[in-house]
Amino acid sequence: MSIPTGPAVPVETREHYLNVNYGVKSWLLTTDHKRIALLYLASITLFFFVGGFFAVLIRLELLTPPGDLFQAETYNKLFTMHGVMMIFFFLIPSIPAVLGNFLVPMMIGARDLAFPRLNLLSWYIYIVGGLFTFGAVVAGGVDTGWTFYTPYSSTYSNGNVIAAGIGIFITGFSSILTGLNFIVTIHTMRAPGLTWFRLPLFIWAHYATSLIMILGTPVVAITLVLLVLERGFHIGIFDPALGGDPVLFQHLFWFYSHPAVYIMILPGMGVISELISCFSRKYVFGYHFVAFSSLPIAVISFLVWGHHMFVSSQSVYAGMIFSILSFLVAIPSAIKVFNWTATLYKGSISYQAPMLYAFGFIGLFTIGGLTGLFLAALGLDIHVHDTYFVVAHFHYIMVGGAVMAYLGGIHFWWPKITGRLYPEAWARFSALVIFIGFNLTFFPQFILGYLGMPRRYHAYPDEFQVLNVMSSAGASILGVGYLIPMIYLIWSLRYGAVAGANPWGATGLEWQTPSPPPTENFKETPIVTEEPYHYSIREIKVV
Amino acid sequence: MSETHSALAHHFDTIEQQREAASLGMWIFLVTEIMFFGGMFTAYIVYRTAYPDAFAEGSHHLNIVLGGINTSVLIGSSLTMALAVHGSQVGHRKMLIGFLILTILLGTVFLVIKYFEYADKFAHHLVPGHSFSFSGSRPQNAQLFFSLYFAMTGMHALHMVIGLAILTVLVVQATRGRFTPEYHAPVELTGLYWHFVDIIWIFLFPLLYLIDRYAH
Repeated sequence: MSIPTGPAVPVETREHYLNVNYGVKSWLLTTDHKRIALLYLASITLFFFVGGFFAVLIRLELLTPPGDLFQAETYNKLFTMHGVMMIFFFLIPSIPAVLGNFLVPMMIGARDLAFPRLNLLSWYIYIVGGLFTFGAVVAGGVDTGWTFYTPYSSTYSNGNVIAAGIGIFITGFSSILTGLNFIVTIHTMRAPGLTWFRLPLFIWAHYATSLIMILGTPVVAITLVLLVLERGFHIGIFDPALGGDPVLFQHLFWFYSHPAVYIMILPGMGVISELISCFSRKYVFGYHFVAFSSLPIAVISFLVWGHHMFVSSQSVYAGMIFSILSFLVAIPSAIKVFNWTATLYKGSISYQAPMLYAFGFIGLFTIGGLTGLFLAALGLDIHVHDTYFVVAHFHYIMVGGAVMAYLGGIHFWWPKITGRLYPEAWARFSALVIFIGFNLTFFPQFILGYLGMPRRYHAYPDEFQVLNVMSSAGASILGVGYLIPMIYLIWSLRYGAVAGANPWGATGLEWQTPSPPPTENFKETPIVTEEPYHYSIREIKVV
Repeated sequence: MSETHSALAHHFDTIEQQREAASLGMWIFLVTEIMFFGGMFTAYIVYRTAYPDAFAEGSHHLNIVLGGINTSVLIGSSLTMALAVHGSQVGHRKMLIGFLILTILLGTVFLVIKYFEYADKFAHHLVPGHSFSFSGSRPQNAQLFFSLYFAMTGMHALHMVIGLAILTVLVVQATRGRFTPEYHAPVELTGLYWHFVDIIWIFLFPLLYLIDRYAH
């Protein structure tokens, strides 16, 4: 596919959302969904590198068998802060708050989200929550693990559990507001003619994600409130001394935190549907199935939390039911993977960087998903529970899946967001580096876990060293892979080729308006008259 | 297409679309509130099933008269709120302002009575923590009951305080003539919120105050 260069008119002469006004105030008080998306982009990138910094320290410690670099307590704090930063402050907001904020109104032909001021408020809430958590780190850290299990977190831990708990509690409301905004916007603000089955799959995925955000997040919020009340004011809900049940905390925590996994992966699936379709120039095979499969994923995600508690004194019958329900999640997930593959069949495939990320996603998500079936099996889970097998599994989903999709999406829509093209050769190169680095980091951890290395220890027996060195080496490659896009994307803001309205020849309303878009997105509200992903027809016009 | 209204935000086409969006947003917010309180109701169900006797004993230390008065006060405030909404719908400004103020008064009465109930618990060492003392047969489990009592009614009272603040803003806006029969969504949505807080109490009152009352 050839990339048509943009119109001869320089970008700066036309008024768009970036040059409509200048100054710090015009950004910090903006209600434009596109600017808020960029505020989120900057802040989650910061948290990504903070979380990544803790990961570097973890991999350094694990280079050698004895616990020589850090003491056990320090190591506990490192993996806790890595988990808290990456999950609550990077992965959960990543695709919805950046790409979703930018694209949901544009894809449905609206001028903004339904509640622009709530949208800005959600960013401020996110920042305040981030400051609390950051304060907890600076004041000495938290050592409970990102799961905050009682009674350790409520009674015995010496870390700053209260500050971190309040920080995560506050941040939860930014996620609730984002989800609420998306649902209302998708229901009430679609352009004329844009029926539900003409919606891009990105929108369907974000709708399902938003359902989980509004139904799950309040539960973890109240759970953290009860934890903070117990630790701070001796209101004993989970205290065994009063007859309270610490396992109740685990139930309430995972009732949110398992669906939260789908908050992280579902928007990624939406991105992948767009990428696969665009770069194979085909209608998404089984559009209705891919669209609807997001909803069973959202529903079943609320019924599987018990698979985190197979060894926490849960009744064996409950365990069996949770096991079966967990297996069921594989069906809608597989529907998506098979339909993407079928979309590729006889497609006119081109290997642009976003497509490389999409390929990476499909492969790594499949490995991550299949190893999830191992963990959903009652007997096998007892062998690999709390080992590196689990760590490898969820990193294949979260990093191999969600982060790959996020980067693919950032590259794909970068020309729309900034009006500039990124350097293609560098982008392909870094996608490859990330793929290699990722597999070298996390594949050995499957083997480590299967051989019995437990997670969350700072020392290990000598026989595990080779695999751990491989993992640490992979992590350094992965780190380089993440730094390269940082550099060339910033470079492209000034030196990148001018993109034009639709550099990929893609369908979708967001490509029918100039890049960068004007503040109100469209000069006049578009009217939709055809199905989505009409590539075979459009290609003639573009090329 | 309706004529351009002064309250119409730039990103909506019509005031009807804006009202529909706001109303859907409020209902979704109330769903998140149900999930939020749901966590505590779950804990309540688990522990009441595990320790029914201790919960009954703890419940008998709550003041059923004050609780009953508060229940009627709150139901009354829901009535005045509904009448305020009606006032805004028909464009009767005096009715709107009068009933909003009445709702604020009733809400305040509720919180004052709640204050006296809490003070009584402090005086009788029924607040969970180091100074908790309970003469019944299972003091630990009773402490669990009082933990839930304070967490649930405390969270409810916090929602009342937020509701009173919003109502005060509405009174100010109403005196400035902000609401008309065409545009009164803020009054309606606050009404929804107020009724929701009321309904939470309708569940809290029997669950906390009325355990095993028939036997005594």
